[in-house]
This record gives sequence, structure tokens and C-alpha cells, in this order.
Amino acid sequence: MKKTIDKPNGLSELDRPNSYIGKTVPRPNIERLMQGRGSYVSDMVLPRMAHVVYLRSPHAHAKIAGLDADAARKMPGVIAVVTGRELAAVITPWVGVLSHLKGLKSAPQHALAIDHVCWQGEAVAAIVATSRAAAEDAAEAVVVDYEELDAVTDMRTALDPPTPVIHASLGDNLAFERKLDAGEVDKAFAESDEVVEADFVFGRHTGVTLEPRAVLADWNAAEARLTIYQGTQAPHMVMNIAALHLGLQESQVRVVCKDVGGSFGIKVHIYADEMATYALAKLLRRPIKFVADRFESFNTDIHARDHLCKGRIGIKRDGTITAFEIDDLTGIGPYSMYPRTSAIEANQIVNLIGGPYLAKNYRARARVVFQNKNVMCQYRGVGHPVACSITEGLVDLAAMKIKMDPVEIRRRNLIPDDGYPCASPSGLRFELLSHHASLDKLLKMMDYDALRAEQAALRAKNIHRGIGLASFIEVTNPSAAFYGVGGARISSQDGVAVRLDATGSVICQTSITEQGQGSESLTAQIVGSVLGISMERVRVILGDTDNTPYGGGTWASRGAGIGGEAALQAAKALRRNILDVAAAILQSSASALDIVDNAVVNADDGTPRIPLHELARIVYFRPDTLPPGIQPELMATRHFVPREYPFAFTNGIQASWLEVDTDTGFIKLLKHWVVEDCGTIINPQLVDEQIRGGVVQGLGAALFEKCIYDERGQLTNANMADYLVPMSGEMPDIDVGHVVSPTFESELGAKGAGEAGTAGAAAAVSNAVNDALKPFGVTITEIPLTPQVVLTALGRV
Amino acid sequence: MTTPVPLSLDVNGERVDAHVLPRLNLADFLREHLQLTGTHVGCEQGVCGACTVRLNGDIVRACLVLAVQTEGASVVTIEGLSDSGEIADLQAAFRDRNALQCGFCTPGMLMAAQDLLQHSPAPDRDAIREHLSGNYCRCTGYQAIIDAVETTAQARAEPRS
Repeated sequence: MKKTIDKPNGLSELDRPNSYIGKTVPRPNIERLMQGRGSYVSDMVLPRMAHVVYLRSPHAHAKIAGLDADAARKMPGVIAVVTGRELAAVITPWVGVLSHLKGLKSAPQHALAIDHVCWQGEAVAAIVATSRAAAEDAAEAVVVDYEELDAVTDMRTALDPPTPVIHASLGDNLAFERKLDAGEVDKAFAESDEVVEADFVFGRHTGVTLEPRAVLADWNAAEARLTIYQGTQAPHMVMNIAALHLGLQESQVRVVCKDVGGSFGIKVHIYADEMATYALAKLLRRPIKFVADRFESFNTDIHARDHLCKGRIGIKRDGTITAFEIDDLTGIGPYSMYPRTSAIEANQIVNLIGGPYLAKNYRARARVVFQNKNVMCQYRGVGHPVACSITEGLVDLAAMKIKMDPVEIRRRNLIPDDGYPCASPSGLRFELLSHHASLDKLLKMMDYDALRAEQAALRAKNIHRGIGLASFIEVTNPSAAFYGVGGARISSQDGVAVRLDATGSVICQTSITEQGQGSESLTAQIVGSVLGISMERVRVILGDTDNTPYGGGTWASRGAGIGGEAALQAAKALRRNILDVAAAILQSSASALDIVDNAVVNADDGTPRIPLHELARIVYFRPDTLPPGIQPELMATRHFVPREYPFAFTNGIQASWLEVDTDTGFIKLLKHWVVEDCGTIINPQLVDEQIRGGVVQGLGAALFEKCIYDERGQLTNANMADYLVPMSGEMPDIDVGHVVSPTFESELGAKGAGEAGTAGAAAAVSNAVNDALKPFGVTITEIPLTPQVVLTALGRV
Repeated sequence: MTTPVPLSLDVNGERVDAHVLPRLNLADFLREHLQLTGTHVGCEQGVCGACTVRLNGDIVRACLVLAVQTEGASVVTIEGLSDSGEIADLQAAFRDRNALQCGFCTPGMLMAAQDLLQHSPAPDRDAIREHLSGNYCRCTGYQAIIDAVETTAQARAEPRS
């Protein structure tokens, strides 16, 4: 191991006197967002820009027998009405599969449907006009002749012989299946004192980014170059795919990502309507803007987490968990999403079940089926909330069965903190986790014993409060093992270029992106710390494929751990270069010099020697005064990708304290606690706020959020009034604590923190509800926990 | 209904004269005609609060107001509220508390928070949560926002020295 941890908080040489690492500092980009002076794609206007509106199928499954756009083409302001067949001449279809997900299949998907629509909301024609309103008017005049087909909506019957096959060429509706059998599961169950089973139900929900997806694509026919302005998490991925399907070289495509109004995994994919917008710009030789409205967002932004899962756990009377078994079923809509595929979520669930625990016997089956609903794919936490809810639900049911406290069963089964490195039955490799330290810290923060006493006292007054715990593991810092090995051209490495400019300020270009997590801030904090330069003198440029190194972007909690390490190494390289120049100017040696507070100083006594702006002045304007043979390099670039571990796992635990009104079924969240371990913390406030935001997304799934489809595949609540999301009135205060176990894969030691909150929130709430309902002998293993679900379980409706 | 009609109003202290279609809502008028893009559009049905602006002293959902309804009115957007310095302390509290991530809800959130602080000098956390319960934020989980508004309320309540 190349790093020595010499400070109790896990910091090493970064812990310099003027370090920003581990300190709360305001984000550099926050002022413009607060003043309404951000630049979101939906704000952008270009010369000759036209607006596109997509006409979308009202049916879940239908043949397109005819499409008449003559009347629409004559409407005021209309520039073009383009059909699927016309657009297919400009952009090729795609198939969302990856080779490491063996057996995964999907059908070719076109930017616009050609003669077969597979979900309500699939685009069938593009109406381009001088304004969005004019395009919407004209869309109403397009007449489509649909022949409605039977819709496959129930995932439980999707594989039954009488059920229609959505894509005849695929033979059946099975997209992917994975089986896993580790240890001796049957023997373990046979030797258990109790075996507990439950059917877990998860509501299909979606990300609801406040800014809908938006694209502005500008084809410059004279330059033969396409510029795509898009709120995306992965600009280089968009560049690669747009070029591939438009028949362009990557160098002919530039992707610019300015401010992004929320992403959460929703904006890490490539959607058919975005592909159509790129193609329309090329076809019509002008800038085309597409901004989804909220109805379109609900019908086309990826959905996630629609799972039915049978779970089993074996337990001995002494509390030892012997085995886990799951049989998971999920419906992903009619296509596997491109390019990350829609099998990752189920695959992840198989990987993660039982992850925090010692039990080595584990069997799993996951089936992923096609259906005529909107596509499902990776949304914040990918698989984690489902796996955590199943695992933690089973653990609590087992504890209940043997009458053991939920804390005690976890103490006896969580992997010991000195048990690393180790691997899970599904093959996940853990470098260093801290389940027990996290549990201990959580219990102190929440004063567990006092809460139990309060709970007992209130039960006597017919007030039903519950405590729920949820331990979790979190996949962060993904290497090429996530996508690259399966053939996806999605970078797992990131790069950072750092340059000292002529006034002693620093320009830093990074391939990670910013959607509000604080990528810009953490980059500036790292670069400023390493260089000894004030943060306000560090300007960070990101989100532009023409102007940043090639890299993955910001998703799967990789920005700080991967992009942050690249920033660290680039800054170290630049620092060496600066000190070499300083040594030449000062007739000293680089090792005798340091940089502190924007000036080169003596390393031993801190005496200022030359300010950086003076050094830069000499380098840029009077290089003639430097000693012969000195060629300063005041710019350095470094890249980083983890190589030893496929993923840097983090861990943590959450607790929920809530009250169930057994008359109305309403659940009031009273308090929520989280302890998580993301390794080195660069900015504590940013990490805590990632956790809190993630928790609240998980709480939405636990209590409110569900895309409700009817039996014909119609989404019945595709608006923000009917699809409920957490608002400030219902959310509790959330206390966040940390344990710090840095990864040794990088000098920085940072792991991710973006999924942790979402991973365990719903599990903690479900367990708390079941704890509250204990006197009624009722357990619920379904989310969202709506009043109807609660009252049904209580037998009151 | 497809003929533009004349419209005069005051926006952020400046007189604005325009011709607008009767169906144009105030949010689109501010964004597309005046390029005041700090007013954001999230749901276009009055649910999310991202388009909250001040109309004749009261906060409204700009997506639920037709531009023609603002004839002769005074409208203040986030740009005006920022430039006048009226919410500089509130914005500083948001910055210090990192009460925003993507920032898309923030203009509407600041509008709604300032409205509360104008009408209720010492709101407790529950009152703040209640008043902001019509403004959707997907990033923060709300706690930082509640903290920032509470801090501002307390600072404003202190006697000035």
C-alpha cells in the first residue's frame, strides 16, 4: 500500500495547514444559481433555433397503419413534420445489450417508432416549428391510424405462453435471467431453526428531475459539426453515441453540459427523443430544441424498481443467519435501455442481497421481462434500495421470529470490522467496511434505549411508533467492470488538466460533471490544497467535450473518488513543475521549496520567496530571463481509474423513527438517522447534503411514489399533482454521522456518497412500520406504504 | 384568440411594453419575451413552485397566471429580488448552508421563503416547512433550506446595533 494514514481522520499529506480537504467551504457555482443566472438547457436560445414537439402514442401497444401529416404541415409556424421512416435515413437504430450480461437481449429501437409502438408515450412523429406552442398546435392536426394490440402489462404473466410476444424476433418476452447458487443453501435451510419467507413488492417509480430532460442540438452544415447542449451526466458517452448513430466521427460532435436541473441517474441515458433531436438538427440543418413537458417526463424518463421478489432467510435460535434466497421478477418496458441496459438493476440486486452479512449460503434467480410500459433503467441507487429492503426486511422478520432485538441480530451477523478484505457469496470484494462501528455510532446518535422506552410508554396510550434499522453496502467508484467490459464505450477513467495562468490563478479542466453535488467545489478544494493556492483562484471547467479531458462524467458515485484522484495527481504534477521553475529562478532546489498561500516559500521555515503571480509573469512574459535549458511546463494532466477493486464499496446504516395512525393508515416520519462511511471526506457539508437528499428520495419511494398503470398500459398519474413526491411538510430532520475508512486504491482515499441515502431509507421505514404494527401481528413487505396498504394489512378496508 | 394584444406592466422596476398572445402564461412571457430565465418551469400546472414570482406584492405561480392578466401590474422576479439586495441575507444563508444543489427550484424557493419572512417574522421550523410545502426540491431533502430560512428569520429578528 502506497499510502500511510498518519492522522486519525484518515488524511495524509493532504492535511496541509492551508488544506481545504475535509473542510466545509461554499460551492463556487452557487451564487449564479441563487440569483436566477444559471444556464440550463431549457434557458438557451440560438440563432435560427426551432422547437420540436414529439407526437406520442396514446396506446401501450399498437401497429401504425398510417400517418397523415398534410394538415399539420400547413399550420402556421410549422417547419417540418418528420416520421420515423424519414428520420431512420439520418440515424441508425440501436440495441441495448452488453456482453457481460450473458443472454441479455433486446430489439432494435428507432429514434421515432416506424410501424410498431410499444408503450404509451413512445414518439411517432416530430413536429418542428418556430415555437413550441406552434408545434403543439400542429401536433394535434397529425392523424395517426393505430391498430391497437394486446398490451403486456403484468410482469407475472409476461412469460406465459398465451401472452403476446412484444418483439416477435426475440421469440419471447424474457430479456435476461441470472441464477446464482453459492455455498450449500438447501443444507443451510435444513439446519436452520426457523425459515422465514416473504413476498416483497416494490412500486415502479421515477426520478422527477425538476428540470425536465432538455436538448438543444445544433448542426453546422458548413463545419460539418454537431454541437449538443444537453443536461447529461456523461458528455463523452453522448458524444460517442451521437457520432456512432449519425455516421459521424467523434471529432464532429461536441457535447456541452451547462447547469443541470437535477439528474439522479435519469440523465445518464440516451433517450430515443434525444437521438431524434440530434438527427433533426442534421436533417434540417439548424438548431433544434427539445424540452420535455412534465407529462412527457413521466411517460418517457426512465422508471425504475418495479420488482416482485420472494425472499427466504434461515435463522438459528442463537441469531445466526444461515442462508438467503431470492426469486426476483422485474418488468423493464419494451426495450432494454441504451447504452447501459435495463438488466443492471436486477443484476445488482442479485449481487447485493445479504451483502452486509456473514452468511455464505445464497441462492438467487432474477428474471427481467419485457412489457408494454415505459422503459426502466438505472436510477439513483440502482438496485440498492430493492436489495436493501429485501435483505433488511428478511433480517427483521427473522429477528421477530426468534424474538431477538433487531440490533442484536445485526451485531451477531454483520461482517466484523476486522474481517477485511473479504468477499460476498455473490463475489463482491470488500476492501474495508465498518458495519459495527457504524451501528455503534448510530445507536448513540439516536439514543436507541431511550427510544425503545418511549415506544413502550406510548404503546400503552395506543400510540404506535416504530424503530427501523437498515444496514447497507453501496457500490461506488466503478471501474471498467461496470460497463466497459461489456463492450459499452463508457469511460471508467477520468482526467483532469491543471494550468497556472499568467496572474497566478489556476484553470482546471475535469471530465467529471456537475449537477449540484459539488463536483466543481471538490475539484477546486483538492487542486487548491495541493497547490497551496486559494480556492477562489481556482476556476473549474467541466461539461464540455471540446475543453475537458476524456472521461466518464458523474454517475454511480464516481466524481469524488475517481475525478477527485485525477485532480489530486494533476495538481501534484503541476506543483512539481512550479517548484522546478521556482528552484531555477531562486537558485534553490525544488525539495527545499513549498507553495503556501499563493507563494513559493522555504520548506523549512516558511519564508516567502516568490509569489506565484510573479513566477508566472516571468515564465509567460520574460522567459528570456530564465536560466538556459529551462522550459517551464505550467500545465499538467493526469487520469485515474481504480484497477485493484472493480468497485469501492462503502457501507452505512440508517434508522427511522415514525408513528403509524392505525385508524387512517397515515405514517408520520418523526426522525431519521444515517451513519455512513465514504472514506476520505473532502467537504463534509456536501457529503451530508448528498446523504440527506438521497434519504428523502428513498423516503418518497417508501411512502408516496408509484407510477400507476392500468391493465391496458396507460399511466394514470403522469403529473405532479397525482404522482406524489416528498414535500417539505412531510419530511423529517435527518441526522448524519460518519465513520471514515479510506480506500487504499487512491492517494485521496475518497469513496462515493451519492447512493447511500437512497439505498437504505425505504428499508428503514418499512422495518419501522412493521415494528410499530407488532402489537397487531401484521407485517407489510410492500412499498409505497400508502394509507391503503397499511389499512388493508390491518384488515380495516 | 390568436391575435397579439398589447400589454404594459412593471417588471423588476422597469416598464415593459409588449404584444402577447392571450394564451401566453406569465412564466413563458418572462422567460421567452424578457429573457428572465431565472423563473423556471417545472410542471406547468401550479404544483412544483419553480415559477414562483411576486405579483403586486403577493407570490403567485407564474404558470397559472396569463400574461394579459398582469396589465398595469408590478412583477418581481428572482433577478429583481437579487439585484435590489432585498434577499442578500437569505441568499447568504442558503450559500452557507448549501441549501441548494441543482438550483432549479431555488429561485422559487427564495421567493416563497422571503414571502414567509415578510409576513411572519419569527416562524418556527414547522411553519417554515408548511409555507414551503408547495415548492418541490428533489436534491436537498429540504432540511438545509429550512435551516437557512430559520437562520435568516432569527438574524432579522435580532435588534440591529
